[in-house]
Formats: sequence, C-alpha cells, structure tokens
Amino acid sequence: MTSTMTPYRSQAGPGRDGFRQLLGAEWTKFRTVRGWWAGMACAALAVVLVGLLGTAAGSHSGSAGAGFPAGPGGEAVNDSFFFVHRTLTGNGSITVPVTSLTGVIDGQSREYSGTQPWAKAGVIMKESLSQGSPYAAVMATPGHGVRMQYDYTQDIAGIPGAVTAAAPRWLRLVRSGDTITGYDSAGGTSWTLIGTARLPGLASTVQAGLFVTSPSIIQDSNKGGGTVPAVATAHFSQPGLVGGWSQQAWTGQQLGGAGTSGSYTDNITTGQFTRSGTGFTVTGAGDIAPIVGGIAMGPGYTLENFLVGVFAGLVAMIVIATLFITGEYRRRLIHTTLTVSPRRGRVLIAKALVIGSVTFAAGLAGAAVVVLLGQPHARADGFPTFTVPPLTELRVLAGTGLLLAAAAVFALALGVILRRSAPVIAIVVAITVLPYILGTAGVLPAGPAEWLLRVTPAAGFAIQQSVPFYQQVMNIYTPPNGYYPLAPWAGLAVLCGYALLALAVAATLLRRRDA
Amino acid sequence: MRQALNAEWTKLRTETSTLWLLLGAVIVTVALGAGVTSSIMCDARGCAGDPTELSLTGIMLGQAVIAILAVTAISSEYSTGMIRTTITLVPRRPAVPAAKAVVLVCVVAAASAIAVLGSLIAGRYILPGLADGPTLRAALGSVLYMALIALLSLGAATAVRDSATGTGIVLGLLYLFPVLIKVIKDPQWQRHLQQIAPMPAGLAIQATGNLQHLPISPWAGLGVLAAWAAAALLLGGLLLQLRDA
Repeated sequence: MTSTMTPYRSQAGPGRDGFRQLLGAEWTKFRTVRGWWAGMACAALAVVLVGLLGTAAGSHSGSAGAGFPAGPGGEAVNDSFFFVHRTLTGNGSITVPVTSLTGVIDGQSREYSGTQPWAKAGVIMKESLSQGSPYAAVMATPGHGVRMQYDYTQDIAGIPGAVTAAAPRWLRLVRSGDTITGYDSAGGTSWTLIGTARLPGLASTVQAGLFVTSPSIIQDSNKGGGTVPAVATAHFSQPGLVGGWSQQAWTGQQLGGAGTSGSYTDNITTGQFTRSGTGFTVTGAGDIAPIVGGIAMGPGYTLENFLVGVFAGLVAMIVIATLFITGEYRRRLIHTTLTVSPRRGRVLIAKALVIGSVTFAAGLAGAAVVVLLGQPHARADGFPTFTVPPLTELRVLAGTGLLLAAAAVFALALGVILRRSAPVIAIVVAITVLPYILGTAGVLPAGPAEWLLRVTPAAGFAIQQSVPFYQQVMNIYTPPNGYYPLAPWAGLAVLCGYALLALAVAATLLRRRDA
Repeated sequence: MRQALNAEWTKLRTETSTLWLLLGAVIVTVALGAGVTSSIMCDARGCAGDPTELSLTGIMLGQAVIAILAVTAISSEYSTGMIRTTITLVPRRPAVPAAKAVVLVCVVAAASAIAVLGSLIAGRYILPGLADGPTLRAALGSVLYMALIALLSLGAATAVRDSATGTGIVLGLLYLFPVLIKVIKDPQWQRHLQQIAPMPAGLAIQATGNLQHLPISPWAGLGVLAAWAAAALLLGGLLLQLRDA
C-alpha cells in the first residue's frame, strides 16, 4: 500500500504587481498615517480660516450688501456718467457733432485744466437708467480718438486724434431692432462705419442721448500709486434725431455716483448740463467700463483676496508631501516598497498621483468653502466683492487645487532627490512664497517684480488672478495691483514645469542610487 | 554647562551639512541683495526706496537656510535617537537647548555678519556709509535678526521634535504674515499685524529713514521677534522637561 502525501498548496491567487495595486498601496500608506490625513484636513481648514480672518478684519463705510453693478456678461462694471437723455421707442438714430472736449484736474493745491486720456463724450443708447444695463455708444476721447464701445467690455477704434474747434467730431448711432450701428465723421458729410453692436433682447423703448464722463487720473509712484480726480466738459452742437423720440424736454442726471474709478473735484461737485443756443454743454465724471483690479477698483475684495489662506495651506501641504517620501527613507520602508515594486519609476508616479490628488481635493474644497463663506460676510461688512463670470470663478478655484497639487508633487520629487525633510520644505516654501512676497510688495520696480513672477514657481499664483485686463481702462497693471505677467494657465505651467523637472531628476536618481 | 556647550559645539562642528548651510546662507543672502539693488533705479535725487534696507533684502531668503540649520540641530537628535544619550549626559534637560542656543547664536551671527557685510558692499554701499548710525543699526540688527531666527527655529523644533513640522511652522510663521497683511483692508488691523508679526516687525531694524512712519520702531520691532524666539525656546524647554524623550 502506498499512500501519497499531497503537499500544501495555497488557494490564494497569485499576487499582482500592477499599477493599480501600487496606487492602492500608496493610498493605504497615506490613509493610515493619522498625522498626514489629519494634517491635510488642517491644511484645508487653514485655507478657510486664514482666508476668513484676512477678509473679515474691520469694516468699510460702504452700505452693507452693496456690490459693484454687474454688466450683461456678469462682470463687475462702472456705469457712472452724466446723461442728458430722452426716450427712443423703436428704431431711430441720433447724430451730433462734438466741438470741444476739455477738463479739470484736481491738483495738490489748485485745480488746473487737463483731461484724462480716456474721458468720454458722445452719444449713447441704453436699455434703462439702471446701472449695468446693456448699451451702445460712440464717443470722442482726448487721447484715443473716436471709439465705439458697447456692453462695457467691447471697444472699437474710430477716427484718431483729439477734438478741437477746428476739427470737430461728428458721431452717430443708428438703432435697428437688436443692432445698434456706430458711425463717425470729421466734417459731417462723409460717414465711416465704426462697428455694429448686437444687443440681444434690447427693450423696444430705450434711453438715449448725450453723455460725458471721465475716470480719475492714475499716477504710478513707487509706493503703489494714487488717483487724481478729473472732470470732463464737452460742447455738443444741435443733435439731429430721427425715429420715435419722445417729445419731452431733455433730462440731465448723473447715473450712479462717480463709480470706483471716477471722482468729482473739490470745486466741481456734481455733473450738469446747460443749453447753449441749440447745442449743449455737459460736464461729468465717472466711467462706463469694466472694473479692473488694484487701484482702479478702490476698497473691495477680489476672489483671490479670499484665497489668502492658500499660503497657509500650501506650507502644511508641502510638509505632508515631503514627509510622504522622506518618512519612507527614515523608517527604511523604502526598502520594502522597492522590493515589492522593483520598477522604481512607477513607485514615484504612484506616489505623485496619490499626493497630488489628495492635495487637489483638499485645496479645492478649502477654496470653495472660503469663497462661499467669505463673500457674503465681506458684503455684510460693507465691502463690495468683485464678481467674475462663473467660468473664471471655476478656473480660479480648480486652479488653486492644481497649484497646491503641483507644489506638493514638487516637494515630493525634491524629497526623493535630497532625502531630508528640512531642506526640501525650506526650498519649496522659500522659492514659491518669497518671490510672491517680493514681487507683489511694490518694493521692486515693475520689471524685476514681473521677472520673479515669470521664472520662479511663484508664477503659478497667476492661476488665481480673477481681475481682468482691458486696454481701454487706465490702470497700473502690475503685480502689486494683482496683475501677473503670465496668463493664468501659462503661470501654472511654469510651476508644473518645476514639478515635472524635479520628478524626472528624482526618477533618474531613484533608479541609479541605492535606496 | 561648559561640558554641555563643548558637546554641542562638537556636534555642530562635526556635522558636514553645517558648513554647507552656513555658506549657503551667506551666498543666497548676498546674491538676492545684489540682485535687488542692481534692479533699483537711482538718479540724482536718490534711490527709489531705502538703499540700505534694499541691499539687505537677501536676509529674507537667508533666514530660510538658517532655519534649516537650527531646526536640524535639535530634530536630528530625535531622528537618530541621539537625544537619549544627550539627556543622559545632561540630566538638567533645559541646559540642552540652552547650550544649543548659545552655540547656534555664535555660529549664525558669524555667518550673518559676513552675509550682511557682503550685501552692503554688493549694494555699493561701501565702508564710509557704515559709520553712520542708521546703517550701522541696520547691519548689526540684521545679524541679530538672523540669530533670533535661529533661536525661534530651535525652540519650535524642540517643541515639535520633527524637522519637517518644525521647518513648516517656522517658515509659515515668517512668510505668512506679509501675505496676510497685504490682503487686509483695514489700516488699523494692518498696522497691528505689522507690529506683532515676527518677520515684518523684526525687519523694521533694517529701516534707515522715515522712522516716524514705520508701524513699529526698529529696536522695538527686533524686540518683538526676540519675544517670539523667547516664547518658542521657553515652550521647547518646558516640553523637553515634561515629556519622555
């Protein structure tokens, strides 16, 4: 009799070393260290708390709940001008020559004559007298010739040159249904089409007439800059009206104060209009334009102001991302990790994916919460908040998450290269945050400040810029005023470039060196 | 105490990274300072800004390197287990951070003196200027500032016993306030923060002109930083005394 002994065979399936298992392993490592996920939660909380702290301080004399008017596209706008108007029902046109455009500037001790290059005098058709309503206008300006502008953000150039008695500018607006067409002429005989504005759903009855407005002059000084009130006065000859104009007399009124970027002077405290023969003399201040950031915005909070806590979250996340790899070296876990997964480059990728996803999620959550909580709070304190179109807001919030993820991956990769926590954290924090501080503090001249925000990882903060640039709005578009030298995604790409470069070096060293 | 000092000096001296970090601190300080000064426009009426202060901008970067040095001076003892040997030999535990503090201050002050001198020379602000009071105060103050940053880092790292957390806390404490101050709209709050935040208050010592417009006077500002450093050291010493190592 023979008896056979069957040797023991495990019923468990063979282990797999696929990338999914590797990701799972790295995720388990992250998840099971209490200090790391608790630290990540604290980082998200820091984004919220520091953001609220930074934007909750003090209160402003502005009326509670007041915000900036919003234009048809959802953007914050200034809609402040002296308006001499009648109603126009249905189709029609207005034609008027502007014979002079002068102004007064508030000096240190006295007022002198002069104009802001973007002062505006011309004809306008506007849906209603409420701020932010759709409009189209043709205007003369002191420094930029004739312009046709509509719906706040659109700007088309007409005849160049300033208005003088010898060279008056003839302006014409023609409404036909939803479209308003602008023309200009140097002598009133031959007319040039400037542009056509489509204002979908424009009411059949609109307010139309003459307007004058002038933004303040912005002076660039080394310490940030300042504004100097400017007021413009224009002479119009008799307006020619065609179509369904009302028979009432012309009414003059200042629409919506002087806005964020305009101001009357000490001696000229309101706008006004007088009839001179068959024509008009109109004086006004303010602006019809999108609101831009920095000095032209005045007191108020932009989206990125609420995200100041991101700097606190950033430091905490850099610490965690660094420990995620240096901890392996310190505890010798790296030996096990590399034994289990001999293809070392994949380990690095799995680690980067895990820490990148976690920081992205935590950063996005923190950013969304602080904006959600902070904006109503700031408005209740009397600070207007700078509203931006939804897509811009989405880019800023998601971009904040990506910015933090890229910084975390950068720290992780440097951690592989240097294997020590303190230098990695110091390097990443110092080269990310310090250029931002130096670049936006206004200590450096614009050139070097912009250079810093172009070539260092701090370029990534450009993704948070919510304030727009408009060539037709005078402002100081420099880093201290919230304007980055690179476009949002280009700036983020610089930071990602640093992270990827570090990852490449890390992968090479990880393969070449003994662990 | 003399033995403790001697031991700490030996530890710091024999660590190869010490020399590299000190050298690195000097280089980045001088390099950033030179970069900033070379970018500032000067004309017959003078320069945009305070030339002494601008040429010492590098301190803002150099302090990060000093923070690495000071944090690892204590945290490496924890990561290697050396701390148990150390406190067996020095049973009066607070003497350990005290001895480390003395050694660090000497080393950091020496390196910072070179860095500050180098920055001022690089800023074309050569010796004659050093004789006048404000510049001398800025130079001496910057050296003290760096020493205080080392003490702050040492205290914080003793309290948290970990190099990563320690570095994170110190750099967060230094760099966060300037960013926060820029966002705050209320001038009163802004001023208060500038008076109590370690970096903005401490760097007031570098100002040489327009002192009456500063949120805090130079020496008082350095005093604020000293208070932060003292609090951190006190906390670190206390925790070292109370906890198991």
